[in-house]
Formats: sequence, structure tokens, C-alpha cells
Amino acid sequence: MLQAIAFYLMAAVTLGSGLFVISARNPVHSVLWLILSFFSAAGLFVLMGAEFLAMLLVVVYVGAVAVLFLFVVMMLDVDFVRLREGYAQYLPIGGVVALLLMIEMVLVSFAVADRGAAAGKQIVAAAADASNAESIGRVLYTDYVYFFQAAGIVLLIAMIGAIVLTLRHKPHVKRQDIHTQVGRKRSNAMAVVTPKTGEGIADQ
Amino acid sequence: MLELFNHPAAPEAIIAIAALVLLPVGAFVGNARAALISFLGILVLVAAAIVAGSNQLGVLFNGAFVHDDFAAFAKVAIFLASAVAIYLGHGWLARRDDEKFEFPVLIMLAALGMSMMVSAGDLISLYIGVELQSLALYVLAAFRRDEAKASEAGLKYFVLGALSSGILLYGVSLIYGFTGSLQFADISAAVAGGAGTGAVFGLVFLICGLAFKVSAAPFHMWTPDVYEGAPTPMVAFFAAAPKLAAMVLFARAMDAGFLGAQAQWSQVLMVIAAISFVVGAVGGLVQKNIKRLLAYSSIANIGYAILGIAAGTQMGLQAMLVFMVLYMVDVTAFFAVIMALQRNGQEMDTIESLRGLKREKPGKAIVLTILSLSVLGMPPFSGFWAKYYVFKAAIGAGLWPIAVAGLVASVVAAFYYLRIIKVMWFDEPVSPAGPSRAGPSWVAMAGAAFSFPLVLVALYWLDPLARHAAAAFGLQ
Amino acid sequence: MDWASPLGWTLIAVGQILLVTVGILLSLAFLLLADRKIWAGVQMRKGPNVVGPFGLLQSFADFFKFVFKEIVVPAGADKVVFLLAPLITFILAFVAWAAIPFAPGWVVADLNVGILYLFAISSLGVYGIIMGGWASNSKYPFLGSLRSAAQMVSYEVSIGFIIITVILLAGTMNLSGIVEAQAGWFWNWNVFGNGAKNWPTIVIMFPMMVMFFISALAETNRPPFDLPEAESELVAGYQVEYSSTPYLLFMIGEYANIVLMCSMLSLLFFGGWNAPYPVTFAEPGSLIYNLHALLWFMIKTVAWFVMFALVKAIVPRYRYDQLMRLGWKIFLPTSLVAVIGVAAWRVFGAQ
Repeated sequence: MLQAIAFYLMAAVTLGSGLFVISARNPVHSVLWLILSFFSAAGLFVLMGAEFLAMLLVVVYVGAVAVLFLFVVMMLDVDFVRLREGYAQYLPIGGVVALLLMIEMVLVSFAVADRGAAAGKQIVAAAADASNAESIGRVLYTDYVYFFQAAGIVLLIAMIGAIVLTLRHKPHVKRQDIHTQVGRKRSNAMAVVTPKTGEGIADQ
Repeated sequence: MLELFNHPAAPEAIIAIAALVLLPVGAFVGNARAALISFLGILVLVAAAIVAGSNQLGVLFNGAFVHDDFAAFAKVAIFLASAVAIYLGHGWLARRDDEKFEFPVLIMLAALGMSMMVSAGDLISLYIGVELQSLALYVLAAFRRDEAKASEAGLKYFVLGALSSGILLYGVSLIYGFTGSLQFADISAAVAGGAGTGAVFGLVFLICGLAFKVSAAPFHMWTPDVYEGAPTPMVAFFAAAPKLAAMVLFARAMDAGFLGAQAQWSQVLMVIAAISFVVGAVGGLVQKNIKRLLAYSSIANIGYAILGIAAGTQMGLQAMLVFMVLYMVDVTAFFAVIMALQRNGQEMDTIESLRGLKREKPGKAIVLTILSLSVLGMPPFSGFWAKYYVFKAAIGAGLWPIAVAGLVASVVAAFYYLRIIKVMWFDEPVSPAGPSRAGPSWVAMAGAAFSFPLVLVALYWLDPLARHAAAAFGLQ
Repeated sequence: MDWASPLGWTLIAVGQILLVTVGILLSLAFLLLADRKIWAGVQMRKGPNVVGPFGLLQSFADFFKFVFKEIVVPAGADKVVFLLAPLITFILAFVAWAAIPFAPGWVVADLNVGILYLFAISSLGVYGIIMGGWASNSKYPFLGSLRSAAQMVSYEVSIGFIIITVILLAGTMNLSGIVEAQAGWFWNWNVFGNGAKNWPTIVIMFPMMVMFFISALAETNRPPFDLPEAESELVAGYQVEYSSTPYLLFMIGEYANIVLMCSMLSLLFFGGWNAPYPVTFAEPGSLIYNLHALLWFMIKTVAWFVMFALVKAIVPRYRYDQLMRLGWKIFLPTSLVAVIGVAAWRVFGAQ
């Protein structure tokens, strides 16, 4: 019973906050609702016994990705009222597309339930004593290692791209170079001169 | 040690490891010595091409990676084209004092993605391969980040590419839901007796996503802008190897995964091919910029390649491979000429600027003429042979109406190539060309030489190789 | 009463939670005082000594002062978010304690992925700050919250890698399991390389402990990394507009987080509840055994808290670029190499 209560509570929170994400007027509020819905989705994972995935969802999406979202939304001064001007105008066609996609998803669900789309494939039960982190690790690093590595290279390209397109070494910006700081010697930093009275020091 | 190079995934491993090594090396030696990284990159790609052509065939990673004759043929072509792209691009960037060591690394990683695409044995490796290649291309399109047009091209390419990836993924999820598997082998078993409506729906989304990547109409919107805005050597790269990779992936998805639904997909492909003919031929007529013109030309040409797949026969696949390889050579040479032509430090990328080229640079005018005639499809140039293969296959499969449409499109398209020739040979020059830092044109000359006399020799071995490769799916 | 029924289970859970929360709140009162006393001691002052004997009741006096003040919400502030922010900080700081094992079996929720849970909750702490800074509708708080968010996200990465080295050594993500893996003499603690079977890892684990401590300072916005609330630059950062109870909640949440980090240090690296010597005078599971374990856990945690307080008193503040440099260019690569090293040892070196 507790499980059922928890499920309905978290499912309702997920859906409700998802709704608020798109209906909130203030973009920052939208992101906050999004965070709430991530969080309750993680709760649903816990209910299914996938606590490892739940924690990863919180660490990665709530703890890192959503923070950057929030950052961007707070920093960018986007006029969301103007962005929404065409909202009502595009609502019908958007609604039709959404409806179509939903119908297809429902169809797929029925097909899976009905004809057993995964026919001939047994769900591999995790070993009883293996925690779900262990089970995921085993599959990820054996059966799916190719995809895992390839996805790593995709992320590497994204990183290279971000650096190539944004990194600029501005010549007039002063930067701290610890190596030169530490390597500085007395001989090349100062000179002892004995100026004559009334003449001052000439540039050397 | 040597047997490691015989491993089915050896070329991919070579490129991946080399890219991962060259990246930190480049970061340490700096952009000043980017030439070294480029040179090593070319060496690695050529080595990978040799390995890909000679290593053992096989299926790895539970069927996610398939190295068969079809893939091997495409990989050799892709790696060599990528090596040429590094050569052209490095020279071009060096002439602008904008050398970056990331450039060869990105091309290598794109080549890696392309070779994953052509070896994709299931829908996940298909998607990851496509993303790997596309991400590298988005960055390359915006590589000259201080030019507004290049940034615009990169952004457009990225946004529309992301949209197409979304469409592709949606199709993949539908296919997975209805057939119960992501592997082409299982999917083909599931749709053997005819595909259900749901799977066909997914298939259509998949085709739309792939058509986006090969810039077939009506999913071509990004092509002209990207071709116009992106740096010329990058466009030369986009127009060649990635197109071949995507076409091979297309063929594999259709013939290895959805053979049972051939009746459905070949109709969709025929429609796409027909629209591409029309858009390519008509759209090109009003263009003033050569790069935009070539974008429309590539849309039309992709139509021919898709026609080869739509035929659904071994001959069709062979025609597609031959067509794509010959087209790659032509288009690379075409862009190489543009890179080698400069007036007052500006690339001569409008048709107007070519006026009277005959008097100024007769050699380049002849090369450009030969290439134009070739892309147009004039016998005995290579473009003619490419189209000859496709039409033969299409007619062999009974696709008369589309073949006729293709012929008509060729005739219409001929007009704009002939216009280039006319402008070069019969118009008065605008202004004398000032001193320029144009690149060497030997790549272009080699391409031109290939498109007439050499193509006959090349076809002598290209024909059986392509037939052998196309036999990988066991079609009739 | 049937304790196994849903109602009984709920009552027990609530009871445990209350016990932990009240216990931590009470100890926080005295730790806060200790913080101020240590700070004063370093500066040769006496510190708070008026309220109660030796100033022991100072924290309670402060508490009542804050509670009875008026809550001021700045004009133009986002009222809901403004009040939500301190609540979030406060709640998250206490929620994390659910997974901390105080003694064998004395833990509210003995999660399989306890250490990930702690990591996840502490990564959420940034929201209280960023929301508070944004909702204040004022420049200094906003700048402070942006600084803080960037800083916390940066140091989380290396904390994550350091935690992975511990997980690799212990072979489990369960906090009780990690502590039990360090039982016995003190050289079995992770900081000393986890005993005879993993002794070479001391080369890695000792620096990792130091890095964890420094990252914990940055993660909790403590000096020398207190840039988000640097008085000389940003007045008080994200707390500028806060007063009364919301400010109190921020304060308590911050200190609860600091103590949490101290307890994580002792759990991950210093054997948690394990005494530095094998316990022979009591049966495992007996009350004496557990109380003895609790005592040692508290000693270690308080010892680390003293370190936090000393650092605050002694070390000058970092510049922001130095902070980022330390996080991304030194800690991140070092901890990454450490993960590889420990993993390599576990695969190739361990018997």
C-alpha cells in the first residue's frame, strides 16, 4: 500500500510539474519545475528498484545539467513574452502533430503488449545477489561496449567542437602564468644602480 | 602483431587511436605545427584505407558491427576521400594563416563515424555513427568562426541536423517497438512476411532522417546555405565522403533490415528521387553562386544514387556504388578548382566572376570545362558512365517512369553547367585578376584527368569490385 | 501495536528521523560555538562567553534572536522562490543524514547506493544558493550565487572521482559496507591504503583524502573558498537580502552540510565508526559496542570540524581564477589518474 501511495504521489508530481514546465510564465520557474519533475522521476526509479539509475539521474541531470540550464536561463535576457507571440497561432498544428505522435506511441505500446514485440527474447533476470549497479555495469562493459566507446567519442567531438569554436587567446588579456612566476629570478627582475645626484636613471 | 591489422575492426581502431593520440600531441606542439598533424592524419587515413581493403571480413559486437565487402568498398573510398580533404583543407587554411591542429583530428573522427555508419549492423550503431559524423561536420562547417556566413552555415546545419536526428530516432523507436529488435538481422526476420503498418511508419521516419543526411529533396533545405556559407574545403569534404557513407548506410538499412518491406520503401525512395530530380534541376537554374549551384547539383545527383537503391537489385547497388565513387571524384575536383581560383584575395565563387576565364587562366578553364561536362553527364566523361550505370539498373528493375524523369532532369540541369562553360569561354573578362594566393590545382587537374581518359581504366576494376561489394546482401 | 504494519513502519521511520534530526540540530548548536571559539582563539580573542557558562548557550540566544526578527522580503523579489531557497538548503542538508551510519546498524536508511545518495544530495545543495541569489532581485546576491554555482559544480566533479577510488577499494557503494571494509587496526583505514591487502594504494589514497578535504571546503563554500559570500567583494553574497528565520535556515543548512562533509571524510577515509584498534571488550551488536563505535565516529567528525574551523581562521581567501584553476586543472586530472591507478591495482595488483 505504501508503495502504491508513493507511486501515485510521485507520478502525479512528475506529470504536474511537467505541465508547469511548459505553462509557467517565468522561464526560471519553468526550469525549477523541470528539476522537480526530474527529481520525482528519480523517485519512480527507486520504486522500481533501480536505485542506481535514480541516483545517476539526480547527480547528472538535477545536479549538473539543470544547473547549467538555470545558469543559461538566468543569464540570457530572453524576452519570453515576445517568443510566445506565435503560441496561439501555432497551437493547432502543434496540437495535431502532438496528437499524431501520441497515437503512434499508444499504438506501439499496444503492439508490444499484444503481439509481444520482444517475442522470442526472454528478459534476462539479474542475478539475485547482484546489485543493479553491478548488472548495469556487466551489460554496459560487455555487450554494449562498442556503443559505450563510440558514445564516448561523440562526446569528445562535442568537446573539441566547443573548444575550437569558442576558445580565443586574447593577446592583451593578462593571465597568471605560474610557471613564469615561479621561474623568475632576482637577476632578471631587478638591477642595482647607483645614480648620480641630479641625473636620475636612464632607461636601460 | 600483424594479425591485429587483420582484425575486422582494425581500420576503425587505427583511426580512433591515432585521433586520440594526435589530439594531445597537437595541443602540445600548437597550431604552428598543424602541418605535421595534418600529414600524420593523411598517413593514418591512407593506412586505414589499405587495411580496410585487405583485412578479414566479419561480424563483431553481437552483430552491431558488420565488416563485409560492401562496407570494405565504401570504407576504402571514404578514407581516401577524407585524406584528400585533409590535404585540401590544410592548404586552404594555411593560406589564410588559420591553421588549426583540430582540423585533421576532426576529419579523422568524422571518417571514423562514417566507417561506423557503413558498418552499422543495428539501429544503435547506425544512430551513433550518424551522430559521430554529423557532430564533426557541424564543427567543420563553422570552422571559420569569425565569418558570419560560416557561423550561420554551422548553426543551420546543426539545428536542422539535430531535427533530422530526432526524426531518425523516433523512427528507430517505432521500429523497435513493432519488430522487437534493433538488429537488422532480427528486423529482417520480423518483416520477412511483409511489414505491419507500425513498422512501415517507423521505416518512413527512418528514411526521412537518412534522406536529411544525404540532402535528398524534400529534406534538402539546409544544403544550399551550408554549401554557400561553410569554408570551401569543408564543403568539398561534405559533398563527397559523408554522402557516400550515408548512401551505403541507406542501402544497408533497406536491404539488410527491411528487405521484406521492399514494396513499401522502394515507392518512398522513388518519390524522394523524383522530387530530388526536380528540385535539383530547377533550383540550380536560378543560382548565381557556384557553391549554391553545386548544392543543387548534389541534390539532383543524390536522386540518381537513391534511384539505384530503389531498384532493389544487386545491379542497383552496384550502380549506386559506382555512381557515388565517380561523383565523389568529380565534386572534389570541382571544389578544388574553386579553391585554386582567386581574384584579389577573394574566392571566385560566383558564376559572374568566371567571365573570360579562358584568357586569364586557360588551364583552369579547361579543367573546369571538363568537370562541368562530366557532372552534366556528357559522354565519354565519368559522369556519363555513372548515370549510365544507374539508368541501366533502374530500367532493369522496371522503374521506367523515374528513369525518364531522371533523364529529363539531366537535360534541364545541363543548362546550368553549359552556362558556366559559356561564361568562361565566350564572355569578356570583368577585371584583370590581381595577385592572389590561390592554391595548387593539381588535385583538380588529376580529377579532370580522371573524369575523361582515366575513368575508362578505372571502370575496368571499379566495375567488378562494386559488383562484388554489392553482392554482400545476396540480392538477385 | 503491530510494528510490521505500514502504520507501524511509518511511525518507526518518523521516530528515527526525528531522533537524528534533533540530535544533529543540538550538536550543531555547540559546533557553531566551537567554530567561533576556535576562530577567536586563533586571533587571541575570547569569543562568545557571555550567555551561559563559557558562552555555551550563545547559539540558542542567536536562534531566538533570529526567530523573533521580522522577515524582510525585498521589493521586486520573487517571493515564493525567495522563501523556498533557504528551506531547500535546510531540508537537503538534513535529508543527506538519512544514509549516514553512526554505528553498526544505526542508520535511518541503509541504502545500497548510499554513497551515491550522499553525492546526489550534496550536488543539489547548489539550488538553495542559486535560487536565493536569483530571487533576491539584487546584484550582489546574484553574482554570489553564480560564483557559487560554478564553484560547486566544478568541485563536485573531482569529489565524484575521489569517491570512486573509495568505492573501488571497498567494492561496494553501501556506506556500512565501506566502513566495515576498514575494520580492525587503524592501518586498515582507506587513508592508509586499506590494510595489508591494498597497502600500495596509500600512495594514492592519502593525497585523495587531502583533495577530498579541500574539495569539501570548496563544496561547502568555506574559507578559503568562500567567494560566493566574500564580504570584501560581495558583502555577503547570496545572503545579503536575507534576514530572520530564512537567514537562520541558510546558516543551519550550511553548517549541517559542513558537518556532513566531516562525517563523510571519516566514513570514507578514516574508518567511520571503527576504533583505531580492534574492539575486544564488547560483543559486536551489544549496546556498549555500538556506543563505543558512535563515540569514535563523533570524535573523528568533530576532529575534522576543528580542521574546518582552523582553516577558516588561518588560510587567506583564494582568487576566483585560482579556485577554478585548482579545480579543473589540478584536482580533476589528478583524481582521474587516481581512479585509473586504483582500478589498475584492483584488477592487476590485488591478490
